Parts: sequence; structure tokens; C-alpha cells
Amino acid sequence: MSVVTQERDYYAEIFADFEKATAGNGQGWLQPVRRAAIARFTELGFPTTRDEDWRFTNVAPLAQIAFQLTSDSRVELTPREIAQFAIPGLGDIQLVFVNGRYAPTLSSTGLPGHGVSVRSLAQAFKDDRDVLEQHLTRYAAYAHDAFIALNTAFMDDGAFVHVPRGRVVEKPIRLLYVSTATADPIATHPRNLIVMDEDSQAVIVEDYVALDADVYFSNVVTEVVVGQNSVLSHYMIERESHQAFSVSTLRLEQGRSSNVTSHRVLLGGALVRNNVHPVLAGEGSECLINGLFMATGSQHMDNFMRVEHASPHCDSRQFYHGILDGRSHGVFSGRIIVHKDAQKTDAKQTNKNLLLSQEAQIDSKPQLEIYADDVKCTHGATIGQIDQDAIFYLRSRGIAEDAARALLLFGFAGETLERMKAEPIRRYLETLVAQWLPEGKLLEEVR
Amino acid sequence: MLEIKNLHVRAGNHEILKGVDLKVDVGEVHSIMGPNGSGKSTLAQVLAGRETYEVTEGEVLYDGKNLLEMAPEERACEGIFMAFQYPVEIPGVGSAQFLKAALNAIRKARDLEELDAMEFLALVKEKIKLLGVDEKLLHRSVNEGFSGGEKKRNEIFQMALLEPRLCVMDETDSGLDIDALKIVAKGVNDMRSPERAIIVVTHYQRLLNYVIPDYVHVLVDGRIVKSGGKDLALELEEKGYAGIEEELRAGAKA
Repeated sequence: MSVVTQERDYYAEIFADFEKATAGNGQGWLQPVRRAAIARFTELGFPTTRDEDWRFTNVAPLAQIAFQLTSDSRVELTPREIAQFAIPGLGDIQLVFVNGRYAPTLSSTGLPGHGVSVRSLAQAFKDDRDVLEQHLTRYAAYAHDAFIALNTAFMDDGAFVHVPRGRVVEKPIRLLYVSTATADPIATHPRNLIVMDEDSQAVIVEDYVALDADVYFSNVVTEVVVGQNSVLSHYMIERESHQAFSVSTLRLEQGRSSNVTSHRVLLGGALVRNNVHPVLAGEGSECLINGLFMATGSQHMDNFMRVEHASPHCDSRQFYHGILDGRSHGVFSGRIIVHKDAQKTDAKQTNKNLLLSQEAQIDSKPQLEIYADDVKCTHGATIGQIDQDAIFYLRSRGIAEDAARALLLFGFAGETLERMKAEPIRRYLETLVAQWLPEGKLLEEVR
Repeated sequence: MLEIKNLHVRAGNHEILKGVDLKVDVGEVHSIMGPNGSGKSTLAQVLAGRETYEVTEGEVLYDGKNLLEMAPEERACEGIFMAFQYPVEIPGVGSAQFLKAALNAIRKARDLEELDAMEFLALVKEKIKLLGVDEKLLHRSVNEGFSGGEKKRNEIFQMALLEPRLCVMDETDSGLDIDALKIVAKGVNDMRSPERAIIVVTHYQRLLNYVIPDYVHVLVDGRIVKSGGKDLALELEEKGYAGIEEELRAGAKA
């Protein structure tokens, strides 16, 4: 594995190759954006712990690795190889990506409904140019974010979902990203664009999985435009390889009276940065930002929430729970920004953390930036160990100590899972979470 | 059934029980009364296996076995149940799930078949009616957001469900209004049986109007200073703990 000493030069060089490879594929309008993005990256470089927004997360190990772009390493998988990741009862609208590249033979776009588009971004570059030009790169700003800048420069596949006005897609749409072992560590920059027109409804699941315990860098940006009066439930399951670097940004742009729930469960990855950035742009819009992160070994999971209230009468709720074992390190930064005109804002944020070992640590940082004068904002964070009184209570009723611990941990995680309305996904996540717990097997008997 | 001999217990550097002797047989109801800080809750918790207390001297035999060597869950499986003075709220753990786990752990220990979801629900519904507990509680997290009265009734409901052989009520009556008190008392009276013993730990005589004990013991400063029949409770009510203590001091001088 070669080592990068000058990451800015390295990425500028591979960008030049990338540009040659993708030249003339019908995305001419994107070229100036890509160039501006890579130029911005070379100015910014990767963030350091001197950046306030990265104080607790050191990405130097990521910057040193000479990740290759996926385009060189095509891998063909069979449906059997990915069957282990199936979510029972979910339905059959699924786009599958292998090492960042759309895999049509593994995908099934089912019948999402009249006029609803579910296709790869690469295909959408050809078929949906108007919608793409209108929305793509308009929300996830690369000017202050090196990872968004890199993604914008190198994006060339991902998912495109468009739900036209008045349409309700009842079955969840799943985007499955599979990583496999590669000769050299690769970087993928999946870019998802979800456009929900006025008065529409959909459920989207992004699922990041690994077939092998390999080193790679997954740098995802998902832009979501939620039109007036539309309802979106967005799920993300992060179960990357325990050696992977995983950076993802969910940027939500919400129209008037829209309602968005974002659920994220983070289980994998060596170094994980989870950015969620809703902008409540339309009056009366609501969002629920719900998440669970569970780290062990030397995993590092950084959750960076930035909830922007830009219009009056908007509600936001944030609930993030962390369970940290081993020598793991968790971060929760929750920033609520209330713009000047966003009167009658009702914003609430709660972050609860359980530390299961002496060496595990958590940094929890709530921040309020309020420029309006008639608002209701609350935040709270707790950090604690397993409640020994609760353990004793359960044991005094005949439940063995290890089963009592499992019940309590599962209950703590369960508070976030309970908010998930899509039953097949919730049940599946309950199983994943139970498997994660050291005493999880005991739960099978009592659940 | 239960034999406590010269039990000394400390918490940190503080000696709380200073040589308690007590014998309880099946079919009996004992009440342990005492002023605040006398150690009566400590005694209840030591019987349930609370590890924050250290037993420095003495022994506790339960059916001839050394109780102090058993883990809390083993004691529960052997038929000991303590109704908590302060039942613990457990967010995220559903009441139904918790009760099923507890019931099946205890049934397993008694070599009984574990109940499936249907059988369990039928049993729970039968028991829950007896105590006037709202069925909705089953769908909520254990004790979370319950009122004081709901928590206490939930303890009695658990007791009825788990059918212990030795029930220890740790100030189950405190903080209850008269209606709730009557429900709790009915729950305890329904548990009275020739195969079962009940220890009612209380500060007030009030509950004993409804649950008539066979024996009353007065615990003061870590020792049982007086034992008697049910009339002792009434005497306490009349003279107060101070009166009894004075009497004892006078008796000692004479």
C-alpha cells in the first residue's frame, strides 16, 4: 500500500485521470462543478482536529492511504453471494451497487408505481438530465466540506429516485451498497439523489455492507429534496467492514409542511463520520432525526448533526443513542441553528450514551445557534453505565445476570428502534442489534 | 423455612444490622416494624440479595440452605420475592417481555414447562384482573412513567404471577392512599397460604388493619427489640416507637 504524503496533489492527480475516463459521457454540464469541487478540495485538504467540527475525529489515517478509484476494479457477484443481506418482507424494489458501481443483474426495480423513477445515477445522467441539473449538487455544499467536495468531484454512480407529485410508493426502496475485497484499497463516492415532488410519499433504505473485512473508503453523499406536503422515511444501515473508513452525508431540503424521518443505525467501520443535515426551508415542516451507534474494539464513530430551521413553525426532534464498548470512541455533535425568520421553532435534541467498558469514551457536544426570538429549543445529553439498580431488579425476579444485561442494553437500543415505523426494517434491525450484543443470544429466548 | 441468626450487615463503614435473629415458618405472616433508619429495608434487601450490603457476621438459612451464598436470581428461582420500596424504572424493556422472561426463568428452575406467548398472556390476564392493574401497563416499559400507586400495585401483580414461597414486602404501603392500600392488602391476603410465608416490612400500622399478621417484631437501631402478636402493632400505634424504646430502657434498668 503506497503512502500519500501530499493528499491534495494526490487527489488532483487522480482527478485528472478520472476526468479523462469520464469525458464525453453526456455529463458536460457537470464538468465545471466537478472542477470547482476538486479545486476547493485542494484548497481545503482533509480536516484536522484543529477544525472545530472535527475536534474529536482524526482523519489522518484516511488521508495517508492512496485509495484507488473503483472504475478499475469491477467485481461480478451472484445473487447468492448477497442473499445473506436480504431484509425479509421488505419488497423487491432494490438497486444494488458493488464497490460503488451499479450492478443491474443483482437489482430489481420491481413496479414502484406509475411515473416513479428508481434507477442508477449513471443512467439518470442520460435519462433525467433536467431533474438532475435542477437539483444535483444544489444542496450538499462542497465549499466548506472536503468530503462533499471529493464526492462531488468524483461522483459517477449512485441512485436516483424521483417520486412525482401525488404518488405514494408503499414498498420501501432499498439501495444496497456492497463492498468486496480488492487488490488495492479503493475509494467509492456514491452519490444519491432523491427527489420527492409535492404531496408524495416514500420509504428509502440505504444499506452499506461488506463481503470481506477489507480496508476501503466509502464517501457517500445523499441529497434529498422533499417537496411541499411530502412524507419521507429515510433509513440508513451502516455495517461496513471493521477496517473501513466510512463518511456519509445526508442533506435534506424540506419544503413547506413536509415531514421527514431519518433513522440511522451504525454498527460497522473503523472510522465513521455520520453527517445529517436537514434544512427546514418551508414553513411548518417537521423532521425526526433518530439514530443508534454501537461501537466496540477500536471503532470510532462520529455523529455530526446540523439541524437548520430556516422558516417559521417548524419542529425538529433529534434522538441519538450510543453504546460504546472496548476502546471505542463515540462523538455526538448536535447543532441546532435557528435562522432569524424561523419564529415559533420547536427544536429538541437528546443524546444518551452507555459506556460498557473503562476504556470506551464519548464526547457529546450540543450547540444552539439561535437568531430568532420566539422559539423553543431544548437539548440534553447523558453519559452513564448500565444501571445496577435495574440489573438487581431484573435479577430479583429470577432473570440471570447476563440476560438482565442483554435486556437492558437491548432496551436502551430499542428506544431508538421503536421510532421506526417500517416493520420489516425495524424487525431486521432488532435482530442485527441483538447479534451485536455480547449476550445477544440470550435475547432470543426472552424476546 | 427462614432462619436468620445473629445477622450483622454493613454498608460502607456504617453498621446497619447489629445481630438480628428471626424465625419464619410456612403459613405465617410476620410484620417487621421500626422507625426510619432502623434497618428494616436493609433486612429486606439482604434477603433479596442486594450486593451493596456486606454481611459481616451471622447466617441466613432458607429451607436449611445457606441463603447468603445464592445469587439474587437463584433466590428468586428458589421462591423468594421482594416487593421493592422503590421499584426501578427500566426504559425500553417492555413489561410483557420482562414478565415472560422472569416467569419462564422461575418455571425452568422449578422443572415446569416454559409458557409460550399464548399461555403466558392468558395467565397474565387472569392475574392482572385480580389486582385492578390496567392491562395497558403490559405494553409500557417496566415501571416507566408509572405513578407511585401503579408501581406498588405492579409489584403485587408480579408477586401474584410468580407465586413465590416467601414474600418480602418492603414498605409496600408507604405513600399509598386508602383505595390503593386496600388493593395491595387484598393482593397480599390472596397470597396467604399454608405453603407460603409473608414478611411485611412497614413503618406504619395502617396496612396491618387489613393484613393481620401472626407476629410483629420491632426493629430499632439494627436489633429486634420486641416481638409479639398482632396486638403489638396496635400498642406501637398508641405509644409510638419512642414509647416502646423508653419502656424497654425502663425495663432494662429495673
